[in-house]
Amino acid sequence: MKINLEVNAKFDLDGTVRPTSIIWEDGRVFAVDRVLDMRRAASLKAGGVGMRYTCKICGKTVMLWNEEGKWFMEK
Amino acid sequence: MRSVLHVDMNNFYASVECLYRPEIRNYPVAVAGDPLNRHGIILAKNMLAKKLGVTTGEAIWEAKLKAPGLVLVPPDYKKYLRFSRMAREIYYEYSDQVEAFGLDENWIDLTNSLPYLHNDPVSIANTIRRRVKEELGVTVSVGVSFNKIFAKLGSDLKKPDAITVIPYEHFRDIVWPLPVSDLLYVGRSTARKLEQIAVNTIGDLACMDVEILKRRLGKWGEILWLFANGMDTSPVRKISESEQIKSIGNGTTCPRDLQTEQDVRLVFTVLAESVAARLRDCCMKCQGVQIFLRDNSLFTVSRQKKMEFPCCTSAPILETAMELFRQHYRWHKPLRSVSLSAIYLVTAHKHMQLSLFDDTAEQLLIQEQIEKTVDMLRYRFGHDAIKRASALLDQKLTGFNPKEDHTIHPYSYFR
Repeated sequence: MKINLEVNAKFDLDGTVRPTSIIWEDGRVFAVDRVLDMRRAASLKAGGVGMRYTCKICGKTVMLWNEEGKWFMEK
Repeated sequence: MRSVLHVDMNNFYASVECLYRPEIRNYPVAVAGDPLNRHGIILAKNMLAKKLGVTTGEAIWEAKLKAPGLVLVPPDYKKYLRFSRMAREIYYEYSDQVEAFGLDENWIDLTNSLPYLHNDPVSIANTIRRRVKEELGVTVSVGVSFNKIFAKLGSDLKKPDAITVIPYEHFRDIVWPLPVSDLLYVGRSTARKLEQIAVNTIGDLACMDVEILKRRLGKWGEILWLFANGMDTSPVRKISESEQIKSIGNGTTCPRDLQTEQDVRLVFTVLAESVAARLRDCCMKCQGVQIFLRDNSLFTVSRQKKMEFPCCTSAPILETAMELFRQHYRWHKPLRSVSLSAIYLVTAHKHMQLSLFDDTAEQLLIQEQIEKTVDMLRYRFGHDAIKRASALLDQKLTGFNPKEDHTIHPYSYFR
């Protein structure tokens, strides 16, 4: 399953994009504590291909995908 | 000895569609054109559909007889182009010699980059296979060999998600027992001709006297003999060498059969506009026009004609096409599909001889300005922002945009 998300992100001078917080479906905002890894990857569960950000959010490891500007995660 | 890889994305269109729709992944899936517009043939199928006997190119109803639960998905060429580009980005990390053969196949020549990669070709092939799977979510099969022909042959041997190595030392054991039709450029008709002289396997072809082959197949006989003996020397094109465009064409299978000359003219108008716009995009002009006509019994004719002035505007292309059509088509049957190509291309900046006695050439330049303005309008406001009044005569026939909907670039092995 795919969950489309609203994301706040920081765009660096060199063009790197990093998510800073995500807005959950019910409107709650969760800060991204750390980005552990960024790479292009496919999501077989959600169905999509893009930059995958492995993030620490509230102590949990969460993977966020950015596919051509649209953010999603797997459920 | 060169190290050449051939990377083939398995069931490309179907794999991409299955990636985006996890819910259909475990069913037989085929990507097919729109049957309402009479484009209803199978373009690609996944492994499950393949097992049930579904083949590319057959009609949807035929496929459904073999696989009653077949899930049909419309094609999305933008997505396929994106995947093709992303795959090539991975290949370019290993060599600057990457040559595409269609959207889903590429040759990679590692010979010059091997010293910097500190690895052997097979491990690199494995890395590429793994990376494409992880990063793009589709599987590839890779052929590793010492020339392009055997690399391609190798990638076809084991599918999906596999590597086949055909080293120089063992190519006779691996390649020669295979049927001759597995070789690139041995199609149905060549295979039949070879069968008549008792050539059934690639080994038979390789051991045949080349003179006999030349007599039977002309220069192709020698080329195929060289292929079979592992003597293909064609290079893998470098990243900086762009392919020279030889022709620009568009065609369509119409939503209904074309019955009258006006029908044909309407469709040719849309095609000529697209071809002319693409010529202008490439800064080219054409000096000839070629038409393909296919009637409803699938009989095809093709005719071509040179033009007096090189041009990149739709009117002369359309008129030449119509002239050819009137000369060569006798309406034995209604037409199912038509295509139009601009041929004998020259660069747009080539000087043109103007005439003292008439102003055809000047009129062409004026027309060119008008069409460039139309290009700009379409670029800013979309394709439908401006159209010919004649397009309204039959909107079903003219309601397509070949330039953006469907630009597939054909590839040739020999350049």
